[in-house]
Amino acid sequence: MESKTRLIKGLATGIVFGFLLQRGGVTDYNVLVGQLLLEDFTVAKIILTAVVVGMLGVHFLSDRGLVELKPKSGSLRRTIPGSLIFGAGFALLGYCPGTIAGAIGQGSVDALLFGLSGIFVGSFLFAAFYERYDNLIEKNKFKFNTFPELFKINHWLVIVPLSALIIIFLVWIESIGF
Amino acid sequence: MLEFIFADSWSPYIVGSLIGVLSWFSFIISKKALGTSTTFARGSAKLGAVFLGSEVYDWKYYQKYKPELEWQSMLVIGIVIGSFISAVLSGEFNLSLIPVTDFESILNQNILGRLFSAFVGGIFLGFGARLAGGCTSGHGISGTFQLSIASWISLIGFFVGGAVTAFIIL
Repeated sequence: MESKTRLIKGLATGIVFGFLLQRGGVTDYNVLVGQLLLEDFTVAKIILTAVVVGMLGVHFLSDRGLVELKPKSGSLRRTIPGSLIFGAGFALLGYCPGTIAGAIGQGSVDALLFGLSGIFVGSFLFAAFYERYDNLIEKNKFKFNTFPELFKINHWLVIVPLSALIIIFLVWIESIGF
Repeated sequence: MLEFIFADSWSPYIVGSLIGVLSWFSFIISKKALGTSTTFARGSAKLGAVFLGSEVYDWKYYQKYKPELEWQSMLVIGIVIGSFISAVLSGEFNLSLIPVTDFESILNQNILGRLFSAFVGGIFLGFGARLAGGCTSGHGISGTFQLSIASWISLIGFFVGGAVTAFIIL
């Protein structure tokens, strides 16, 4: 087990995260399903703003050796079907793994009783699937984990245009009344 | 200031910025990115052991992700507490078994329908997150801002799969 200090750090980070998710409205079934039906863009606004702010900060810190980045790897065979199955579950349940924890804190009993048990069952089924087919699942991983590595360019040449693109998209979303 | 603390909701741009700043601190203080779904995988070993016995702990996946309390599990518990505090402060806390929604459907307006949609949705969500290697926070926020290729594909896949399903069922 990890040290007590680390557990407390995790708990404290989670309390702030949960507070922000609830206050942002994304622990509400309507807001999440509304995003998937393209009627409410709260989720996109929060995610994309967090991406821009997070991206600028952590790369600035990482350039100075203050933090170590850990970009996730993947493969076409895992990432594409996995994300589409996840999306289908997101629409049916109306929550994702982080926001369901927030929904529980807000009093959604359906999230606690039905949704949470479903997530445990689904994760268990994956572990069983992995036990049998781990070689197939782990095959053909991406050679490069990040876009700057793939294009062999400095990361700021991705960060700056990407941030600009996201900001333009958000301004556009606001301007058309969402 | 007081009004801000008790407000029903905050602007998504303020919330998004603060989540971005929280990510910096998470990297600095804990050397970790925000994420949640691995915790449910760890927890699922305990559930599996109830039905199939303790040999499930020897499974390859549970050797990689041992069923123990660690930083991220505490983060998930923290989310429940933080959301509870926020909901109580803004008067939004209420116990409900069926979501109050304008998107009415047999899948969310009656108890059996909601049991089915939430449980089956949860199964897809849990399986999909493990296959993709992350969820809306781990891939959708933390992975995308580290410019991970898998995370950008995942974020798009989450919303394409979600939108198609939502338009079909609701």
